[in-house]
Amino acid sequence: MPENKQQLNTLLNSPLHVINVGLEEFAQNLKDRGVSVVHVDWSPPAGGNPKLAALLAKLSE
Amino acid sequence: MEKIESANQEALRRMLAGDPVLVDVIPASEAIPDLREHMILHAGPPIEWASMCGPMRGAVAGIAVFEGWAPDLDVAADMAAAGEFEFHPNHRFDSVGPMTGMTTMNQPVMVVENRTFDNRAFCTMNEGLGKVMRFGGNDAEVLDRLRWLRDSLGPSMGRALRALDGIPLKGLVGRGLAMGDEMHQRNVGCSGLILRAVAPALAETSSETGALVDALSFIGGNDQFFLNIAMAMGKAITDPVIGIEGSSVVTAMSRNGTDFGIRVSGTGDTWFVAPVEMPDGLYFPGFTEADANPDMGDSTIVETVGLGGFAMGAAPAVAGFVGVGAASEAANFTRTMSQITVGENPEWTIPAMDYMGVPTGIDIRLVVETGLAPTINTGIAHKDPGVGQVGAGVVRAPMACFEQALVAFAETMGVS
Repeated sequence: MPENKQQLNTLLNSPLHVINVGLEEFAQNLKDRGVSVVHVDWSPPAGGNPKLAALLAKLSE
Repeated sequence: MEKIESANQEALRRMLAGDPVLVDVIPASEAIPDLREHMILHAGPPIEWASMCGPMRGAVAGIAVFEGWAPDLDVAADMAAAGEFEFHPNHRFDSVGPMTGMTTMNQPVMVVENRTFDNRAFCTMNEGLGKVMRFGGNDAEVLDRLRWLRDSLGPSMGRALRALDGIPLKGLVGRGLAMGDEMHQRNVGCSGLILRAVAPALAETSSETGALVDALSFIGGNDQFFLNIAMAMGKAITDPVIGIEGSSVVTAMSRNGTDFGIRVSGTGDTWFVAPVEMPDGLYFPGFTEADANPDMGDSTIVETVGLGGFAMGAAPAVAGFVGVGAASEAANFTRTMSQITVGENPEWTIPAMDYMGVPTGIDIRLVVETGLAPTINTGIAHKDPGVGQVGAGVVRAPMACFEQALVAFAETMGVS
């Protein structure tokens, strides 16, 4: 059995420990099913608006 | 950019160094010499009659009758529609006003002096709750109360404050935070502290027992009496922050019931305006969201200096009153606002949050980057003229104001 496939099997047969980034509802769904989840509250800078994000980046230089 | 960081530190330094003192109550025409007949100052960014909401129109009609410019409300409204009144934002004249924010020649205004920077700011006196002009009320009861403020309480308070050489506000607000006030929707502690400070001087300078009883009863019976003082204080603290080159700190947030506007230190007197939002809150018995007018007033000046929604952690009782959830969640509002501010105020601390200082100095860059709009605690006016307050709630400043401000601010920094 190739090594990476073995690692995948080990992962899938182990209890899940999840880090959820962004949408909190995904974390809540897993929590409701008893999965261990750490939620990271994150959203793209400036709500994903590329023009404003670019301005922010330049103003931070 | 290093220049922005140091400019914002200077903005924060000026805010924290302010020494606001309530020094007087005088007629608005004396405080603001540019005030003329038929000139009305209002809350929020600039607006004309055609765009005004119901409560603002009701207040305009009422104040025109109060000033003797019109014989009745209908004539006053016709005069306004015909362009016979001149409208300006309070902020243009070192002034602020709650909700509709009417300021005209013969109203008494409280004077707060910032003794560090030698500037003064003004606000009318709080009328109490319910049917009042700031919520668009304009009937005989409302106008009679305004006349009493003009003829009795205003002059009495002025005499008392002059005898005291003023009441310093910085320490008083610090104590108010420890007593559960956030200085926007809860002013019980600070109103009591003001009454305690001014009562002996009111008695000493009064020549008529009946007027003294009325004055003490009005202040003692009005839990929001301090709100207007806090607003003048906020204006006195923020005005020295206007015009710092390279500063992205907000110097004013304000609404006129139609639009929400902000001003930023580095862009001077320019307003960045977007449609105002509807508060999310609780309603008095018999009223619902269908009765509500969108958000209104200059009172957001208290959030601009770190109070109100920014100090919600000090006032868990307010969380329930404005309908945002459990008292235990109040601290989360304050922690969230600390993500969009330059620093904390070490003299205005929240005991229940391990003496964390209130988040101070809103940075438009942080607002746009995080998507966290300032949280504002607010009263809710009925959408029709003349009805008054129907509830209280929380509203977010529109993100569009901050996005526009960011683009304009970047231009001042040579960035596009």
